[in-house]
Amino acid sequence: MMLRGIWKLTWIELKIFMREPLGAFGTIGVPVLIFLALGHVTNLRFGVPSPVASGLPPDNIPVLVAILIAISAVLSLVTIISIYREGGILKRLRATPLRPQTILSAHVIVKLLLTAATLALMFLAGRRYFPPGANVPWISLTIALLISTWSILSVGFIIASIVPTARFAQPVGAVILYPMIAICGLFVPISNLPPVLRSAAQVMPLTYAVRLLHGIWVGEGWLAHLGDVAALTVLFLLFTAISAKIFRWE
Amino acid sequence: MHSVIEVSGVRKTYGKTVAVDEASFDVKQGEIFGLIGPNGAGKTTTMECIEGIRKPDRGTIAVLGLDPFRQVYKMQERIGVQLQQAQLQKRIKVWEAVDLWASLYGKKAVDAERLLEQLGLTDKRSAWFMNLSGGQKQRLFIALALINDPEVVFLDELTTGLDPQARHAIWDLVRSIRERGKTVFLTTHLMEEAERLCDRVAIMDHGRIIDIDSPEGLIRRHCPERTVVLTQDYESAGEHFEKIPQVESVIRDNQRFTIRGRGDDLVTEVIHCLSENDIRVTDFRTILPNLEDVFLKLTGRSIRE
Repeated sequence: MMLRGIWKLTWIELKIFMREPLGAFGTIGVPVLIFLALGHVTNLRFGVPSPVASGLPPDNIPVLVAILIAISAVLSLVTIISIYREGGILKRLRATPLRPQTILSAHVIVKLLLTAATLALMFLAGRRYFPPGANVPWISLTIALLISTWSILSVGFIIASIVPTARFAQPVGAVILYPMIAICGLFVPISNLPPVLRSAAQVMPLTYAVRLLHGIWVGEGWLAHLGDVAALTVLFLLFTAISAKIFRWE
Repeated sequence: MHSVIEVSGVRKTYGKTVAVDEASFDVKQGEIFGLIGPNGAGKTTTMECIEGIRKPDRGTIAVLGLDPFRQVYKMQERIGVQLQQAQLQKRIKVWEAVDLWASLYGKKAVDAERLLEQLGLTDKRSAWFMNLSGGQKQRLFIALALINDPEVVFLDELTTGLDPQARHAIWDLVRSIRERGKTVFLTTHLMEEAERLCDRVAIMDHGRIIDIDSPEGLIRRHCPERTVVLTQDYESAGEHFEKIPQVESVIRDNQRFTIRGRGDDLVTEVIHCLSENDIRVTDFRTILPNLEDVFLKLTGRSIRE
């Protein structure tokens, strides 16, 4: 009842997305190309020690790219929300049965679908890096990435609540989200971080997302990472509650 | 005729600014009712209170007997709202927008293809929103407002930014909405639009409703002045005109006379005088006051200021 029209809107938004070739390429194509490029320069073969000395363990490359996919989805959602709000559209639509919640939910669904599609493409394109017969857990990985994106989206909603205009949405979002990559455990183990950053890392969904994705990638299975899923859920609920308090429709 | 919208003692403030101050009026079933006044007069805020988007600080509102705030979902099934300056997604197609809107209502929507045809959008049904002209966008917004066959249609600054041709086309559309038995509530700062379109208007300024009546009634009550401008070459015509009781002043500029006076009879009396004295004129026109003059009279300001 509340979300009447959501599937129609989701379908329309997907079609609209495909009508913007550049945007579609940026969202889906760029992460795949980054993955291929990283794979090429490090000459990596997963499961085989890399001959190139790299700060980033090869196992972390798919995780890094997955995180980049999630963050780009979140950034574009933040931008969409602030554009809607700046145009006064969210306010005006309250006079119609098209609920702002329906619009936001449709966009979240679209972002999650595109995230899954990008990841799938990445694996198809990157198959040559995997050892023959390797059993890449891509279904599990996709699910893990969707859970992670979902949780990181709650940070996006907080950013969308505080940015004043659409012009600032992308840069403010980038300034908040990208530094998180540095301390999420991908490059430096969390335990090696200074105490302040370590505490910060512990309340970031990104940290648990990395742990979950990495674990799934190396084949550890879901049971070993229930804690991370729980942490992602708790943080999602916490941040969503905060943004529900401070979010402005106009 | 019963009232479809009843507004009584509505007040809305933003901090220290009083946006709407004790507004009261009724909109009757089947009429085109206009809320007119300059930008910032409080028209949109009043309309948004009626649509249930804003909650007034004081006063009561009923739309089709429903409370717009507490029964907003019930009300929305029965009203249609055109979105002022709203943008749809740049690349959404016309038919997709109409199809989406049709799916939002509990009851069956009207025939979308026929609606598009009536609004002259059939050729554009597969066009992207961003490629529509201003008039076509407004017609699409009207289509979206009519898709659920509403009993009351809200139109906010409908023709702002449109060229005269598109404006006239939209006016015809609004009249056709009334002909289907629907009630239209609109806001405009264009006095010509109000005069041509509305059955009744409420003049609003600084958040207050100053007067409500038909455009003709407002003009008759507040601006009884009439002016006749004529051109003729009979030497002593001026004396004859000055003898007409309703005449207040006669200004002569070579052969052109500007005759000012009061009351509807002035024009008849001038014509009478011309025929009685066998005065031949080469030009004759009357200047009647309009809603702009009413607004000027009531507020001491021009609406364009």
